[in-house]
Amino acid sequence: MTSAPPRAETGYAPAPDPDDPPVRKLYRSADGRLLGGVARGLAGHLGLPVSWVRIVFVALFMADGMGALLYAAFWFFVPLGVGGVEHRQPAPADGRRRLLRHRPDKGQVFALIALLIGSSIVASRFQLGQADGYLWPVLLIGAGVALVWRQADNSRRAQWLELGRRKGLLPMVRGAAGVLLVGVGVTGIVVLQGSVRHLGSVLQAALAVVVGIALLAGPYLVRMAQDLSEERLMRIRAQERAEVAAHVHDSVLHTLTLIQRNADDPREVARLARAQERELRAWLYKPEGRGKEEDEEPATLAEAVRKSAAEVEDHHGVPIEVVVVGDCPLDEPLGAQMQAAREAMVNAAKYGGEGGAVQVFAEVEGRTVFVSVRDRGPGFDLDAVPGDRMGVRESIIGRMERHGGTARLRSAPEGGTVVELEIERAAAEREI
Amino acid sequence: MSSEDAQQDGTGGAAEGRTVRVVLVDDHRMFRTGVQAEIGETGRTGVEVVGEAADVDQALTVITATRPEVVLLDVHLPGGGGVEVLRRSAAMMTDAERPVRFLALSVSDAAEDVIGVIRGGARGYVTKTITGTDLVDAIFRVADGDAVFSPRLAGFVLDAFASSDAPPIDEDLDRLTQREREVLRLIARGYAYKEIAKQLFISVKTVESHVSAVLRKLQLSNRHELTRWAAARRLV
Repeated sequence: MTSAPPRAETGYAPAPDPDDPPVRKLYRSADGRLLGGVARGLAGHLGLPVSWVRIVFVALFMADGMGALLYAAFWFFVPLGVGGVEHRQPAPADGRRRLLRHRPDKGQVFALIALLIGSSIVASRFQLGQADGYLWPVLLIGAGVALVWRQADNSRRAQWLELGRRKGLLPMVRGAAGVLLVGVGVTGIVVLQGSVRHLGSVLQAALAVVVGIALLAGPYLVRMAQDLSEERLMRIRAQERAEVAAHVHDSVLHTLTLIQRNADDPREVARLARAQERELRAWLYKPEGRGKEEDEEPATLAEAVRKSAAEVEDHHGVPIEVVVVGDCPLDEPLGAQMQAAREAMVNAAKYGGEGGAVQVFAEVEGRTVFVSVRDRGPGFDLDAVPGDRMGVRESIIGRMERHGGTARLRSAPEGGTVVELEIERAAAEREI
Repeated sequence: MSSEDAQQDGTGGAAEGRTVRVVLVDDHRMFRTGVQAEIGETGRTGVEVVGEAADVDQALTVITATRPEVVLLDVHLPGGGGVEVLRRSAAMMTDAERPVRFLALSVSDAAEDVIGVIRGGARGYVTKTITGTDLVDAIFRVADGDAVFSPRLAGFVLDAFASSDAPPIDEDLDRLTQREREVLRLIARGYAYKEIAKQLFISVKTVESHVSAVLRKLQLSNRHELTRWAAARRLV
């Protein structure tokens, strides 16, 4: 299937590719076929234009219906191949082909009808005497079988390409039509055998046989179907498990190895563990995120706070717990606030990280955005800080005031430092 | 901070000379063993682990048989999860004589998990990163009928009620009072109950009652509120 059908698609016969894999198996083409994909598959296999093959079939068909028999045999025994799938990507005229792929559905119906009409014409030309009466029933049976087989092909193709998913009505109608045709054909033969009088009892007997077979084979078939679907379910589960295993392997196991290597450095171990925890959490609980770190600049407050916290956490190895209430888009004053908050987080991690996790809380309430950063370190006295140390005065307080916000720093009574940053959103003012 | 510090702080239960009977429900044996090692030393912590369970059915059997005061409940459990345990032990929760109280202890801090078990009737929610000391403290609070909120849970609750400010809500029950909101905000900022009490010039008991009120409102909030909360987070 890797070689032939795709090339047949193009409609001409290119020279055989020397790089082709040696095993050239014959498949029926699932793509661009009229009836069963036999002609197209053969054409691809033999490296001939598909129209030639079709002409040969028609010609053979004229000779006592040989072609039809041959075609039917091919259809029956040769498996359907995924002709069109790998061919789709390299094709430049992709849109055109897609159009083509959808069209054959109607073409197939026409092909079937043409086949029926053609065969009836051929049949009427041959005066077969005694056998003549059986011809119509046989044709009916043939058409019914063709319909049902065609349907089976369709569903199989749908499985590969995942394109199927038709509304269940059409396949059912087709299947029913096939069954009806076969039934009428069989009944016709029975009637022709002159047993019209016995038709009732024959039908009864047939029904009894069918019911009997169904009773005998039914449980077995049901069980088989159940086993099949169960097996499919297991396979899906196994795939999911493999995906999880792959992720765990890629990330968690590597981190564990790193942790073992750095076992003497508790800070590094904590940093690795926190970073891994964050990543795994994002992968587990964010369906679309899938744990991929996005390097883009955050667009909203919540993202910005989390991103800063994650970076500071990674850099200083101090756990930072973030709680965000509400969210809003990031504007200029908020950007300044985020920078101040980041500075506060760095300070907290540097000087207050020994006391436990740093807690960051951000809240959007109406126009006011509030951020607090709290550590449980030794505390902080702004007046005791030498005047030439500009970190807190400029980076936090000054920055907030320049943008019309406020910053408060104080030592918590229970130990530790609290930095509170409050600012008004610019965007909200414009809205009002 | 080690657990000895907590004893000196007077937050541990052993100082008051009583024990709380606890059942551990978690499907990871390692974790149960770890918690047991951390808090199970009855003489020191005042917590007595009277049973363990690894799935929903086992949990119900053990809880019914031992009738603990507090169940430490994992959110993700085989057999329907912590919510299923809560649902099937609703009668025991409301038992007037010896109520069984649930404290959710989970590694997940996804909003739907947290709010799910709180609505299911859990009296608190803490994550597995909690220290042994804090966990013992939380167990005693829950045993006393109070609610225990981690900062993150407080954040979720604030978030859930935040949107209810703009349009007027028909039922007063659904609204958090200014004070409750203040308390929650301080919890979300990482303050302990004691620190909140100091900050707001109220007693720890008052803080606890505010928190319990929040929990009650959270469980009873109407469908309208819940729908909006879920929709805002694209959960539905």
